[in-house]
Amino acid sequence: MSFSEQIVPSSMSTEQLPLWKQEGAEPFLRIENVTKNFGDFKAVDNISLDIYKKELFCLLGGSGSGKSTLLRMLAGFETPTSGRILIDGVDMAGIQPWERPVNMMFQSYALFPHLSVADNVAFGLKREGVAKAEIKQRVEEMLGMVQLGHLGKRKPHQLSGGQRQRVALARALIKRPKLLLLDEPLGALDKKLREETQFELINIQEELGVTFVVVTHDQEEAMTLATRIGVMNQGIIVQTDEPHDVYEYPNSKFVADFIGSVNMFEGKVIQDEPDSVQIDSKEAGTTLFVNHGISCAPDQIVNVAIRPEKIRITKKEPEKGVNCIQGIIEEIAYMGSLSVFRVRLASGKEVRVTQPNFTRSMGDRYTWNDAVFLHWDEDSSVVLTS
Amino acid sequence: MQTKSRFLTVTAGLGYLFLYAPIFSLIIYSFNKSKLVTVWGGWSLKWYSELFENEQIINAALLSLKIAFISATLAVVLGTMAGFVLSRFGPFKGKMILSGWVTAPLVMPEVITGLSLLLLFVAMEGLFGWPSGRGTLTIIIAHTTFCLAYVAVIVQSRLASMDETLEEAAMDLGAKPGSLFFLVTLPLIMPAIISGWLLSFTLSLDDLVIASFVSGPGNSTLPMVIFSKVRLGVTPEVNALATLMILVVAIGVIGAVYQMRRQATLTVKLDDK
Repeated sequence: MSFSEQIVPSSMSTEQLPLWKQEGAEPFLRIENVTKNFGDFKAVDNISLDIYKKELFCLLGGSGSGKSTLLRMLAGFETPTSGRILIDGVDMAGIQPWERPVNMMFQSYALFPHLSVADNVAFGLKREGVAKAEIKQRVEEMLGMVQLGHLGKRKPHQLSGGQRQRVALARALIKRPKLLLLDEPLGALDKKLREETQFELINIQEELGVTFVVVTHDQEEAMTLATRIGVMNQGIIVQTDEPHDVYEYPNSKFVADFIGSVNMFEGKVIQDEPDSVQIDSKEAGTTLFVNHGISCAPDQIVNVAIRPEKIRITKKEPEKGVNCIQGIIEEIAYMGSLSVFRVRLASGKEVRVTQPNFTRSMGDRYTWNDAVFLHWDEDSSVVLTS
Repeated sequence: MQTKSRFLTVTAGLGYLFLYAPIFSLIIYSFNKSKLVTVWGGWSLKWYSELFENEQIINAALLSLKIAFISATLAVVLGTMAGFVLSRFGPFKGKMILSGWVTAPLVMPEVITGLSLLLLFVAMEGLFGWPSGRGTLTIIIAHTTFCLAYVAVIVQSRLASMDETLEEAAMDLGAKPGSLFFLVTLPLIMPAIISGWLLSFTLSLDDLVIASFVSGPGNSTLPMVIFSKVRLGVTPEVNALATLMILVVAIGVIGAVYQMRRQATLTVKLDDK
């Protein structure tokens, strides 16, 4: 195995920083102004993106956002209308799918139904003309890694969904590709299996040191797997950031709304200083304070976004009266680990609040039509200008 | 429910009776001892032994089998190519026309197919001297032409229901289009090809009309021999021959159906999970 030597020698200054934060780091996969049109429809619209070695990059978006088209262009099944794709510094233009240092795991797994599990996994090596003994050994090794060593002789239709997923993964990894593309890798698995497999996938990726590009519509999957997420909408990448930043610092209403749930209050900026903003919001019925500055025109209409789990709910008025609004509980959903409240404000605006269920007793719980105070800290919310 | 199911049973029974009574009576009468076709004279196998001594019939049967084998094989090769082009090459100029042409022989009256082929062969002979005269070769060409249509339709529908990502996966793993076809596509459409071959074989074995148009003297296929014999009056020998033909055709059809079933269950099994 050669992955041990690929580990980048770490110098003191950059040791802690991931590659994408290092100045001048060489990207492994470079997507340059790539556009793909299908007739009049722009599936991918002038995307530029750098992905670094050993990243597990997630392209996250709804259906029709262009994420799959982008992935298929990396694999070579679609040709960009314009723009360039470079893998490890090599321009991929005119390079056929079977010549690319890239392998793909398909959403449907696309296992060959007429071949056994072992033959499915060996398929790629046989095309390379690897010696028989080596093929046998590498297939065994790979099947062992995905814990299917005992099922090599089975046919795909004799496997469960989870086992098929592993065969597909083993088949895609056996040629030791520089770049592995995964199209909704966990989409066909049930919830429990999906959670287990997520972590296995990360382990395998770290062990082999392969760069992964994953396409998914499942934000939870993207949050767990990714080193960075690219949120896609209508053919463009709206935001590229680490999972934490995408969730806590969304750059637009679309991203805030697409990832997790969010409450938004529209309002007018009345004071804008480097470390604080005040927004007068009719929807909230009060002035909202946010502790980060924004650059905007005075009197600009903006949105203050606050996640449901960052709002505290109390019956008594809190002592510190900042970011405090009043409302009436309209609906409660008990979900076991947490409860979801829908609180209606005087302005008619509905606010979603989630609270962990700290105790088992129902005694001090809130009930319908309770008048409550909702409040949050100045650093819990973000201002969105677009 | 009770009356309804009884009604269904009766309907089905009548339907099968209507379809198969003539065939069964033929099979039973092929074991008739009597020389008179319509008079039952007890069980006997003597018409079968006489049949095998009749050189004319045996030669015709061998010729028919040879023609059926060759034209089914040619039809499978050409029909698979046509089906592949129709389902995989996306939209191209003249696709509608090609698919119309490929499937036309399915609906064309046999008399017209036969006549047009005869005219073509005569004209070709006049122009380039090939095929010289009419005989086995022209029958094979004619049978290939109309069997090809069946194979193309079967293969095309199989390819249409096949997951195209399988081919992409093969390409992704390093298979060039040529080897991809033989390693992935062909094994997956094999059941369709086999059933297409069996269907072509039985159709060719069966054909009287087209063969009559394009065959020459001394090249009578089995159906032609039977037909000419029947015109002189049905002999019990013909009953025996017909029974054997039913057997061969039935095996062919059952084989074809079995292959199609097998591929259907294979696809269903994969879709389930």
